[in-house]
Amino acid sequence: MLWWLVTSVIGTLVVVFLLAPGLPPGNGTVEASGQVVDNTVLLGVATPVALGVVVFFIYAMLNFREREPGTLLDGPAIRGDARIQIWWLVASAALVLFLAGYGTIRMLVDGAGGGQGPAPIGAPSLSSPPLQVQVIAQQWKFTYRWPAYGGVETPNLVLPANRTVEFHVTSLDVIHSFWAYQLGVKADANPGIDNIAYVTTKSPMSFHVECAELCGVWHGYMFGTGHVERQADFASWIAQQQRQYAPVTKSLPPYALKYFPDPTRRGG
Amino acid sequence: MTAIAISAGPRPVWRRLIGFNMFTGILLAIVGWLIGNWIGNRFNQPSVVYYSTEAGANDIAVLLGYLFGVIGFLVGLGFANYPIRRMLGHPPTLAEHESEGEGAWRYFSLCTDHKVVALQYLVGVGIFFLIAGINAMLIRTELLQPNVHVFGANQYLSLVGMHGAMMMGMLTSAVLGPLANWLVPLMIGSRRMAFPRIEALTFWLLMAAGVVLLTTIFLGGFQTGWTGYQPLGDQGTTGYDAYLGFFALVGISMCLLGFNLLATIITMRAPGMTWSRLPVFCWGVVATSFLMLLAPPMLLAALLMGMLDRTAQTGFFIASNGGSAYLWQNLFWVFGHPEVYIVALPGFGVVLELLPVFCRKPLWGYRLAVAGMLGVALLSFFVWQHHLFVSGIDADLRPFYMLSTELISVPTGFTFLCAMATMWRGRIRFTVPMWFCIAWAWNFLIGGISGVLLSDVPSDVTTHGSFFSMAHFHYTIMGGLVFTIFASIYYWGPKMTGYVFNERLAKIHFWSLFLMFNLTFAPLFALGFMGMPRRVVTYASNLQPLNDWVSICAYGIGLSMLVFLFNLVYSTLIKREPLVGNPWGSKGLEWQLPTPVPVHDFDRFPVFDADPYPYGVEPTAEPALTGGGD
Amino acid sequence: MERDAQSGRARRLYGAIVATVLSCVVVGLYIGMYLTNASASASATQASSGTHLYLATVPAAEVNDNHPTWVSYYAVNADGSNWRHATTYDLPANSLVTVTIYQYDGDSGLRNPFISQSQGTVGNDFMLNGKPTQTIDPDTASHIFAVPQMGLSVPLQGVPDTAKNPCGNAPCTLKQDHETITFQFHTPGRGLYRWQCFVPCAAGFIAGWGGPMQTVGYMDGYIKVV
Repeated sequence: MLWWLVTSVIGTLVVVFLLAPGLPPGNGTVEASGQVVDNTVLLGVATPVALGVVVFFIYAMLNFREREPGTLLDGPAIRGDARIQIWWLVASAALVLFLAGYGTIRMLVDGAGGGQGPAPIGAPSLSSPPLQVQVIAQQWKFTYRWPAYGGVETPNLVLPANRTVEFHVTSLDVIHSFWAYQLGVKADANPGIDNIAYVTTKSPMSFHVECAELCGVWHGYMFGTGHVERQADFASWIAQQQRQYAPVTKSLPPYALKYFPDPTRRGG
Repeated sequence: MTAIAISAGPRPVWRRLIGFNMFTGILLAIVGWLIGNWIGNRFNQPSVVYYSTEAGANDIAVLLGYLFGVIGFLVGLGFANYPIRRMLGHPPTLAEHESEGEGAWRYFSLCTDHKVVALQYLVGVGIFFLIAGINAMLIRTELLQPNVHVFGANQYLSLVGMHGAMMMGMLTSAVLGPLANWLVPLMIGSRRMAFPRIEALTFWLLMAAGVVLLTTIFLGGFQTGWTGYQPLGDQGTTGYDAYLGFFALVGISMCLLGFNLLATIITMRAPGMTWSRLPVFCWGVVATSFLMLLAPPMLLAALLMGMLDRTAQTGFFIASNGGSAYLWQNLFWVFGHPEVYIVALPGFGVVLELLPVFCRKPLWGYRLAVAGMLGVALLSFFVWQHHLFVSGIDADLRPFYMLSTELISVPTGFTFLCAMATMWRGRIRFTVPMWFCIAWAWNFLIGGISGVLLSDVPSDVTTHGSFFSMAHFHYTIMGGLVFTIFASIYYWGPKMTGYVFNERLAKIHFWSLFLMFNLTFAPLFALGFMGMPRRVVTYASNLQPLNDWVSICAYGIGLSMLVFLFNLVYSTLIKREPLVGNPWGSKGLEWQLPTPVPVHDFDRFPVFDADPYPYGVEPTAEPALTGGGD
Repeated sequence: MERDAQSGRARRLYGAIVATVLSCVVVGLYIGMYLTNASASASATQASSGTHLYLATVPAAEVNDNHPTWVSYYAVNADGSNWRHATTYDLPANSLVTVTIYQYDGDSGLRNPFISQSQGTVGNDFMLNGKPTQTIDPDTASHIFAVPQMGLSVPLQGVPDTAKNPCGNAPCTLKQDHETITFQFHTPGRGLYRWQCFVPCAAGFIAGWGGPMQTVGYMDGYIKVV
């Protein structure tokens, strides 16, 4: 019991103070920081529980080992204890309810960067309308469409700093998953589905974009780098993209939340 | 019961080959494959848009080939004989190779002796476990470098899919197949399973499934992983048909196995074997069989849709044709999440069954342990959408699935409490099976706690689909199932085979496996935290040192398995030191029987008058083998 | 009796050894099956005018190929001869490469029209039959040569359906109807990059995306920058 208290206190302190700064996905965005807090809380709660079991096992293995090998002495026939059982049930249920409640609240605060489908239940509180960016996943590349900038499509992702971004993730063929690790965003890209995820950027930085759902032979190569840049840099970048991709923007289908390309095209 | 006399004296080998056995089955399977293929190719009209236009690569031909091949295999084994005899008016019998007459030959043919089927399962599943293990070694070889170097991108994904499908498909029956088939009749005091022919059928269907999966190598492999997500699968070559056929056969086999075990435990218990006297292992079997019976039909529905998409062009999963990619995900995980508990629950049963023996105490909290396992089984049907937390399903559902997923840790906690309290004030003997049980507790603890992070939506956003989740389910499935399989093999194996295992090799096996397992999979949590997605053939170069470490330790697991394999072959085939008596001092009924266990198990049916763990009480309470009547 | 037991044990020992050797052979064969299908590689040619890579795309691979009905890329010589079924291309690092593609296939159309504009080439354009071009009609696209990691993507226009002398299976000759696409790009530092096609051009597979589109050696391959 004493050992459990000692190790739990040490273990929890280690988790909260030493491990927490290294926990994913870092503090690049508001949502990412939220996930770090969440991970810290979960690990902080789990540590005493895990240590309790480990300490018990070590204690039992040391103290209750067979003293005279080969004699096959039986232990006492204890068959249960209703009070321990009830306390165990109450404690574990309370812990679980706390964790589920905590997770739900954290999720409702800002959506936690996860894909929430077409009707999100958790969104960051907004003072101005968020910047909409459509993430179009296709085998095997992400492209990005900007309804606020004439529906231009770009091969790379650059976001303005200190801005709430509303990702609309969709796919043209199979299931992909848009994972911007440092942003703390992961949202599956399903064909014919509009999957919304929110992120609120902080200061300029770079982030990885990866596909997190097996999507075919080049799944492992479906990655890239995106940038969060100052507002002015972002404005000049998007203007340059609009100029460069002006020829093809005319050929693009009108901006929509989901696309249904002809499945029989080039059937045979 | 009338036994049909089988010709006396050994027959020459060539004479034995003629008749209903595995070799006839293989022959007829090839014939069936050719017939199915021929019929299928009649359908390959060029006007049909989606079919592969390649010669010999027609989905209908491949699927019909599997269907007719499996039918041919079963007919060759003799599964059609009894129904045909009955239809012709012959009386019901139960005689297929049950007598001792045919010796080792029984293992290569349809045999209704539950002990023979159990050993068939052990070897059959073991072979596929080794193949899947080799796949794991090859995967880790490819990941030694951050870019493709040994295998191509296609071959790598095929390896990943084969490893996953084979482990999840074939090893689902790794405890229930060999152990439950062998133990349940002995533990409940029955001479056989409720449906002995179905028992044999589940084994041969599983073997057929494994071979079907292996044929994918010749058909271009399948690059979808074991989850086989659609519509990616619809794009696949005919190699994906092998995946569909494989899982369909596994699903049928699982369903029948669960149904048979449930029926046996419900109806075949000996006098006095009340529900509260049932050994806890049997309760684990009940909980698992319940899942096995109810989960696979969902999978079969999904597989059928996949087959129709690929042959009749139904477009169940094609959004542009009005289908939905969620359909497969939902159906697959309605099956898939109970499936992972099908894999984990027998382990609970094994650990709780073994702990009383090695702690010399009755199982603490028997009712709680049973409630825990049944609770896990029940809850596991209501958690599947945690696999879809970021997929864009209705956002309102997520709090419920978060709660239900985390609730599973309550009944799982019961198992831990019972295990821990059974050790309290016991006389613990550190034998190899006991070490495996302790290792199970460690592995499952880590697996369970990492599961809490995955069940929590904000944490799951980062960990979902990453190496973190991969490490999590390897801790629960490999650490939870494979370790308990080894515990049971070391514990019951000598009784099943009749020969003692070399203990020094067993200890080397345990310690190397436990160490290497943790050194392999613990760093994978870190890799997931650092942002490495699953099933990738490339990764960021800064992750290479950790990946190399994992690969080298994974080879250590491989070597450790070779030690086990050597021990198994050496002890049972070469040295053959016979098992004498009851080395563990177990009070389980199966250990009171002579070794090897006679064909008909019991001369007289046992009568039970006490709970199954009479440790620390008067010896009169031992289960009575004598007395009572048939 | 004693001798019987010993001879039985020896027999089992030999049996186990034979079985071990056999299983090792089977395992070796099994692993070997995964080592097959390594795509052949072709190097760019060095000339006084710089580094050149000549490729060709055909509606169907050679008749004796493993998959004679699959679309495929080939490496060829400047005069359209010497067809090699290679999809790993060796290029020198940090240099200007001129790529010429003889395109023999008909059009399929793009799933995402965005890819019909060339990106990442010198001047962000390419020469289509000698004419500088930036975009093509997305519906006339036959293939794409794209290296996403380099930001390179060039659309290859399809041969019109009205062509008089189309090519079927590889190899084709320059006398047959084709489009010639030429572009230049700068290679990055050393490394292994992948290239792919973005047009759903796999006949016989749903949405035109399977088989050759998902198999390295047909519509996918590597750029090895050395």
